[in-house]
Amino acid sequence: MDLRYTQEQIAFRDEVRSWLEANVPKTPLPSFDTAEGFEAHRAWERTLAQGNWGMVTWPEAFGGRGCDLLEWLIFEEEYYRAGAPLRVNQNGIFLLAPTLMEYGTEAQKARFIPAMAKGDEIWAQGWSEPNAGSDMAAIRCRAVRDGDDFVISGQKIWSTRAVYADWVFGLFRTDPASERHHGLSKILVPLNAEGITVRPIPQLNGLPGFAEIFFDEVRVPAFNLLGGEGEGWRIAMATAGFERGLMLRSPARFQQAAKRLVELYRSRSNEVLDPTIEDAVLRCYMDAEAYALSTYQTASLLCGGGSIGPEASCNKIFWSELDLLIHETAMKLLGARAEIEPQTAQEFVDLGTWLDGFMFAQSGPIYAGTNEIQRNIIAERMLGMPRK
Amino acid sequence: MNFTFTEDQQMFAEAARSVLTAEVTSDRIRERWSTASGLDRSLLKQVQELGLPGMLVPEALGGLGLGQTDFVMMAQTCGYVACPEPIVEQVMVTAPLLVDVLDKGLGDGSVQTALDALQSGALVATGHPINPFINFAEQAEWFLLGHGEGLYLLPANAVTVKPSKSVDPSRRIAEVTFEATDAHCLAKGESGAALWRATLNRGALATAAQLVGLAQAMIDQSVRYTTDREQFGKAVGANQAVKHLLADVAVQIEYAKPVIYRAAYTAEISPTRADLAVSHAKVAAARAALLASRHCLQAHGAMGYTWECDLQIWVKRAWALAREWGDEGFHKNRIHEWLLRPNALLGPDLTFGRGSITDSVAA
Repeated sequence: MDLRYTQEQIAFRDEVRSWLEANVPKTPLPSFDTAEGFEAHRAWERTLAQGNWGMVTWPEAFGGRGCDLLEWLIFEEEYYRAGAPLRVNQNGIFLLAPTLMEYGTEAQKARFIPAMAKGDEIWAQGWSEPNAGSDMAAIRCRAVRDGDDFVISGQKIWSTRAVYADWVFGLFRTDPASERHHGLSKILVPLNAEGITVRPIPQLNGLPGFAEIFFDEVRVPAFNLLGGEGEGWRIAMATAGFERGLMLRSPARFQQAAKRLVELYRSRSNEVLDPTIEDAVLRCYMDAEAYALSTYQTASLLCGGGSIGPEASCNKIFWSELDLLIHETAMKLLGARAEIEPQTAQEFVDLGTWLDGFMFAQSGPIYAGTNEIQRNIIAERMLGMPRK
Repeated sequence: MNFTFTEDQQMFAEAARSVLTAEVTSDRIRERWSTASGLDRSLLKQVQELGLPGMLVPEALGGLGLGQTDFVMMAQTCGYVACPEPIVEQVMVTAPLLVDVLDKGLGDGSVQTALDALQSGALVATGHPINPFINFAEQAEWFLLGHGEGLYLLPANAVTVKPSKSVDPSRRIAEVTFEATDAHCLAKGESGAALWRATLNRGALATAAQLVGLAQAMIDQSVRYTTDREQFGKAVGANQAVKHLLADVAVQIEYAKPVIYRAAYTAEISPTRADLAVSHAKVAAARAALLASRHCLQAHGAMGYTWECDLQIWVKRAWALAREWGDEGFHKNRIHEWLLRPNALLGPDLTFGRGSITDSVAA
């Protein structure tokens, strides 16, 4: 155990910091769930790509820097410290790319990863269907093999970023006679293909952060099949593991939010406050640290050739409930004015983006597998409790 | 940067685990409850033969010369088996305090005598002013006690021991009083205060490690119980409501462990900067263990409320240890005071302090 950074790691941090200081937009971008904000975030992805900062863990040939997970953590720490824009292509870079690297052919990697890295192709995800939410194995949207193509018919829902994105990846039933998690395949579909209708769904904040996607005899080449036919469930579980685990919600995000919460708390500490606030602020700080420490532990383990066990299922519960507590506590500190949706510059100065974050935090315990499902997984797979 | 244990550390922990799980069973813990001393002398002898008491004592002083991170997993195991003997305190608190005193050239020959006694298997008790009583005081041969900022070393015949009954039948607590005379004084003023500060961190860390061990043991017992026990024609553990009680505890344990390991590392490398890391560890571990006590007792149904059910051994230990070496209020206030400082090192880039200052850069 050595909890000191090496000279190389320190130099890497300095390099990231200098680049971000020179390049991060001085004013926040509009939400990527608006047409204007989406393109502004796409432009930011291109800026990142020009500096080879799009995804530092990718090989250099794909626009990355061949970094290990510890360097990735350092990058993320600097990224959130600098207040850089959220990643509009997170479905692609954090969820699809690791799967492509592991299961994709060389031709598929060459076709999809550089375009993703450059921000030319932004990805939506297509897991859920109206009758397949937490029970993902109930997927019915079918993809029928026809010569060199698949013909897709059916419906997806809650597809994040699908309103403005260029591509969607998802699970489709390629064997019509199959049931449950058999006979599913992972297929990549361009959202401008003929037969696709995207219907935006406004979220709690009024913006269309997700959508329904209707597929009416949509024809895609078999080249777009990722992994083997019928292998979709196994591959999806790998992706779900990445999503719940390290990549999607790096600890820096919560450490930065906890830091802002402490600053908000300090600024109000002369006022008469709800007596539970002090305890909540402490807990937010501690839990954000704990999440970071746990991630460093996992990253060290993986860097040393180890593998993640079933305990990784604890991640999603921990960070999503931490995110809620951070924002609930900020709402308490803002008091009755927490209700205001900031419009003026002064309101943004006074109230920040806490309300927006508070609303988004409501979704954390729901997406990527509800926390109720996560608790079942922990009980059954980590603790070994009986399934029925 | 490498936040994992070495193979040697894991092998050593595994060896201690196999001894402790074989020797410290619930039946034998219950046997201790009806004895005068409450101690299993044969266990203490085995532990001494393994070299544990001197594990953190430098080789020049007859020990193994290892550090807190080498022992922290063993402290967890002592919690896991609910070991009644104060092994963790001897190894992680008392021995390092005696070594500190020797390092600073304080006291007379009695310090070395006490350290030798400890390494030979005798109990040397540390009575930190934050704790109102000492566990197994009646069995101790030497006492390190506080008066103001002063640190005193006394033989058993120079102190007065007034026992109280603990809710945990495995604990034998007593208030210890003594006359603070210069003859027994090892350190005073800032020198004494510094020794006590480092000791508090070691004690809180030792307790935190035991608390997560206790929590893990309670989970394991509850999984077994709810798998075997059937109602409505199925195992009660098949019900989501029961699963979620235990999953909540598992999550708290999972995120307390790395905090404890960071604290052990910090206490070993930089004891003067360990306050924050240690307080965090104690708060997180106590939270996990108290949640385990409540949820695991609930998962056992009426059985959990009986004297017969072994779960009480772990539940009651958690109740006691959660408050020893600084309760939740004490440790939260230490963190709170730090968070309010305008210059507190806060934020995603500062998890391990300033990466650029000399003492945190790897060679």
